[in-house]
Amino acid sequence: MIAELGHVALTVALMVALLQATVPLWGAARGDTGLTGFARPAALVQFGAVAIAFGALTHAYLVSDFSLVNVASNSHSAKPLIYKLSGVWGNHEGSMLLWVLILALFGAAVAAFGGNLPDGLRARTLAVQAMIGVGFLAFILFTSNPFERLSPAPIDGNGLNPLLQDIGLALHPPMLYLGYVGFSTTFSFAVAALLEGRVDPAWARWVRPWALAAWTMLTAGIALGSGWAYYELGWGGWWFWDPVENASFMPWLAGTALLHSAIVVEKRGALKSWTVLLALVAFSFSLLGTFLVRSGVLTSVHAFAVDPERGMFILGLLAVAIGASFILYAWRAPSMEGGGMFRPISREGGLVLNNLLMSTAAATVLIGTLYPLALETVTGEKVSVGAPYFEATFVPIMVPMILALGVGPLLAWKRGDLAGALGRLWVAALAAVGIGLSVLYLRGAPVGAAIGFGLAVWLAVSVITEWAERVRLFRIPLGQSVARALGLPRSAYGMSLAHLGVAVFIMGAVGETFFSSEVVRFAGPGDRIEIADRTLTFEGVINRNGPNYEAEVGVFVLPSGDRLESERRFYPVEGQRTTEAAIRSRPDADVYAVLGEPAGDGRWTVRIYVKSLVMWLWGGCGLMVLGGLVSLADRRLRVGAPGPRRASWRPAHAGVGDAD
Amino acid sequence: MSRRPYRSRKNRRLALVIGGLAFLGIAVALVLTAFQDSVVFFFSPTDLAAKEIGPDRRVRVGGLVEEGSVTRGPGDGEIRFLVTDGNTTLPIRYVGVLPDLFREGQGVVAQGRLAGGTFEADEVLAKHDENYMPPEVADALKKQGHWEPGKPMPGSGS
Repeated sequence: MIAELGHVALTVALMVALLQATVPLWGAARGDTGLTGFARPAALVQFGAVAIAFGALTHAYLVSDFSLVNVASNSHSAKPLIYKLSGVWGNHEGSMLLWVLILALFGAAVAAFGGNLPDGLRARTLAVQAMIGVGFLAFILFTSNPFERLSPAPIDGNGLNPLLQDIGLALHPPMLYLGYVGFSTTFSFAVAALLEGRVDPAWARWVRPWALAAWTMLTAGIALGSGWAYYELGWGGWWFWDPVENASFMPWLAGTALLHSAIVVEKRGALKSWTVLLALVAFSFSLLGTFLVRSGVLTSVHAFAVDPERGMFILGLLAVAIGASFILYAWRAPSMEGGGMFRPISREGGLVLNNLLMSTAAATVLIGTLYPLALETVTGEKVSVGAPYFEATFVPIMVPMILALGVGPLLAWKRGDLAGALGRLWVAALAAVGIGLSVLYLRGAPVGAAIGFGLAVWLAVSVITEWAERVRLFRIPLGQSVARALGLPRSAYGMSLAHLGVAVFIMGAVGETFFSSEVVRFAGPGDRIEIADRTLTFEGVINRNGPNYEAEVGVFVLPSGDRLESERRFYPVEGQRTTEAAIRSRPDADVYAVLGEPAGDGRWTVRIYVKSLVMWLWGGCGLMVLGGLVSLADRRLRVGAPGPRRASWRPAHAGVGDAD
Repeated sequence: MSRRPYRSRKNRRLALVIGGLAFLGIAVALVLTAFQDSVVFFFSPTDLAAKEIGPDRRVRVGGLVEEGSVTRGPGDGEIRFLVTDGNTTLPIRYVGVLPDLFREGQGVVAQGRLAGGTFEADEVLAKHDENYMPPEVADALKKQGHWEPGKPMPGSGS
């Protein structure tokens, strides 16, 4: 019964979305506030209906209702509760339902917090949001119904892919979707602005926090996925340039560009049409990612099922959404008036440079990701484009990016003083060169490592310099500096934290890339394994059973007495094996042990890595996310900040992160 | 860098376009050089035997792991096995931990270099899912006439 209720709720959601997609548009065109007023309650009802459907599916998983095809093929009564819950989205149908739930959630959020938006803009935005909803609700109802019944119901289910039976499944997909789908809001805002034919101050003020919110969650989602891959797959890597990872990385790159160009629109009223374009591109990348991951054209753990019908449906949605929005852009964007002037060397100029580099990076990632698909379609040849390609294209683009990132925040709006900014960064330059040279000559490290560490230090010291300049540290009495530091807007701290996060992240990435070691060997009980100045003792393998698996546990002991226990699990229900790496994390390096197969003579294949500075990677991502959150908490940026601000809003000064 | 202020919107737009094109040019150059030496082609063992592929080129090869062919040693951590597409069998050597879903009789993709008749793999990929056959492997088997669409895939277990 409850499943049928869920199905009905989904159908209701589709009907409401259809009305929400049309009535407010008509009202906005006619200036009829009665009709535009329909958008807000509709968005809330649509969200409520999807939430009921999602709740119904969750209920079916919790009570193990195997009369549903979806539950029977993806769950099992013996599965621990947490995986029954997260298993709701550990399959194609459920994950699409989560997608639509979050889409409706963002629509409802615009409706709930959009009290101070102009009536027409809000109505159009919600209508566009509902159009996306119509597409994906129809996709679920017609090709991926999670409430399909199975008769007779099996006694028990097939279980969930053991790789997914992990806390990562509970965290990574919802967070990633919040980011991915979060860009639907900026997309809807952009299309609404194009429909109106103008970008008004309210638009600029609204787009930035929404872009920032989506970006923050996408950053967290990608980092969680990366961390999950790092400890779950047992390959010791954190980023593989796998097409599915790229699918989430492209919206991130476009979203990062959007976030920064939105600052220019907000502060200076310039780059309006470019920002609108980026908003379209960011969500187009999200849709492309959904297509790549959900259609089965790519082979990965994310592709749950290969079904051409579904792929064609999403491809159709992709074509309509991207095609229609870009045609609209080509038609309406030229009529948008430009804004404030600026010189190339200025804060705006720096943000434009960020945009160009980010877009270029996104384009190279896009080419590398789609090339194998295109080549196979055209010539039938099968190729793969792996990490070497992405490292050879992405890294060179990031070098000028990081150099400029140190300088940009020190430039004034409109007209900056490059020589002056560089003059204030002498400490950063000195520190960067010092670190680079000492890594090169004292550690005998490769040039790439020296450049990488140098860039990270350059950025970190630049960020601190910029902060010190703002509070005029050591130029005025310390007490006054502290007062200034306390008075800085939160968004200024958000920026500093996020940029510092980039520096810390680079330290981690460079350290992991250049200073890691690996040993693969056969080991028997008592064997000592030497790696990177460390000695591990392999104590042997013991058996231990989990709630729904049997495990062979390889025990490694470090001289400090720390025990690393790597498991080889066998899940009898699914008939599958998984490997759980054992990781001991320390700020300088992770020790990462994997128990492999028995060698047949009483010994086991074991693989040990010492991975340098991996904690810095996660720390850097954490700082970026923290920066996003702190910036979001800024009073002046708060989503739906109360009305009075609007009266005093002035493009050039209302802003946050404004230098003095 | 020009000190002339950008008075008109047109000028600014022109500068943006030129800047954008410059970046595009750099990106294209990067992409083309990177493609030249990092695109990895996929072959079946039969294709690989037919083509002259030097030891300096990284390729992927895929097929079924021949039953009973997996041996360990003599080197520390070393694994040897045979991969077949039904017509040709290719010996593969790998030092490392095999993926969890690596099984005899099942599909596998190895990436590495061909050196003196033995394929030196630096990466071995198997399926992520029990019922899943890497499409490259399925196609390679199809081409050699060992699997027809509509029939269960060899080793698919269902």
